[in-house]
Amino acid sequence: MTDFFIGHVAYYFIVALLVIGLYGMLFKKNFVKKLIGMNILQSSVILFYVVSASKYNATVPVIDLKFGSDPIHYINPLPHTLMLTAIVVSVATTGVALALLIVIYKRFQTLNEDELLERMK
Amino acid sequence: MVQKSNSIIVGIVSRFMAPFIQLFALYVIAHGHYSPGGGFQGGALLGASILLLRLTVGDKGSELVFKKEFGTPLSGFGVFIYAAVGVLAMIGGGLYLDYGSLPFAGMTPAELRSLGILLVETGVGIGVMATVIAIFDDLTMRHFRD
Amino acid sequence: MKLLSYILLISFGLILVYAANELPTRGDPNAPINRDSSLAGTPGATAHYIRNAEKDMKTPNVVTTILADYRGYDTLGETTVIFCAGIVVFLILRKQKDGSKV
Repeated sequence: MTDFFIGHVAYYFIVALLVIGLYGMLFKKNFVKKLIGMNILQSSVILFYVVSASKYNATVPVIDLKFGSDPIHYINPLPHTLMLTAIVVSVATTGVALALLIVIYKRFQTLNEDELLERMK
Repeated sequence: MVQKSNSIIVGIVSRFMAPFIQLFALYVIAHGHYSPGGGFQGGALLGASILLLRLTVGDKGSELVFKKEFGTPLSGFGVFIYAAVGVLAMIGGGLYLDYGSLPFAGMTPAELRSLGILLVETGVGIGVMATVIAIFDDLTMRHFRD
Repeated sequence: MKLLSYILLISFGLILVYAANELPTRGDPNAPINRDSSLAGTPGATAHYIRNAEKDMKTPNVVTTILADYRGYDTLGETTVIFCAGIVVFLILRKQKDGSKV
């Protein structure tokens, strides 16, 4: 039971992070807070990939002469590669979202969802 | 429009730190073959060093290092380097982005692939650095009349 | 209405926890992602990358080789996405003439 919990506690943490991000996106009325929630959700997905790459008794995926090139000695490099690009793209998309928020604030003088829906009628 | 920081300590320390951050970023890009690192991380570090100067020294001082007009064209240049390496491999007689057939004489295909990775990572690094700076500059423009 | 939303969110979290119990233990060397071949019998990608990276391109860092060579098209697309994001921010926030609505 304890071994099972230790092996899965990382997943529970990631689920908690994902639900927190979803809560921010669904319940908060301010758009900046929604954007922060989206970033938390993205982080949880990235952490999930990185956790899935881990392997006991293995080292970083840089080929070492001591170990040769047997896959059992190295953690899985593919999720790290995919998440490396995902992190940089998330930074760029956050920039686009902030630009849109600036334009919305210029036009409507508010970032509250209810007020915006009222204004757009 | 970012104003100069009022604190002397913040200004001097960040001006002292920025060249070391840039040196470390170049190391991360160039040594990405043998240690954790590469174009994305090195580019983000280069961009962060310029952003540090933008935030502390202000627009006037930091534009001596990196002009605001260069951001968007340089990010296009980074993508161009990446695509051009692929076309160069086609000129050498291979497929697109197949670095083993780059037209450089006197190298085995494995060494050519290593060289191609370095060229591509340089392009990615330039692109990421310029995009981070360009987004920051666009976001901190004077948007509202005060 | 607000209460219903909270209940939905919490039950979504509980479903995810239930699904997480079925996932392999963290760091298990025999997890499907770390196997040499997939469940269908096709050869796995990561084992191939680790075995051939040093031989193919004399680069010990396997992450770099996958990023720039094995999946070069992928990275080209990602770089283009970043470039497009920079262009979009520039186009949204460029200096407007006075009196324009947006």
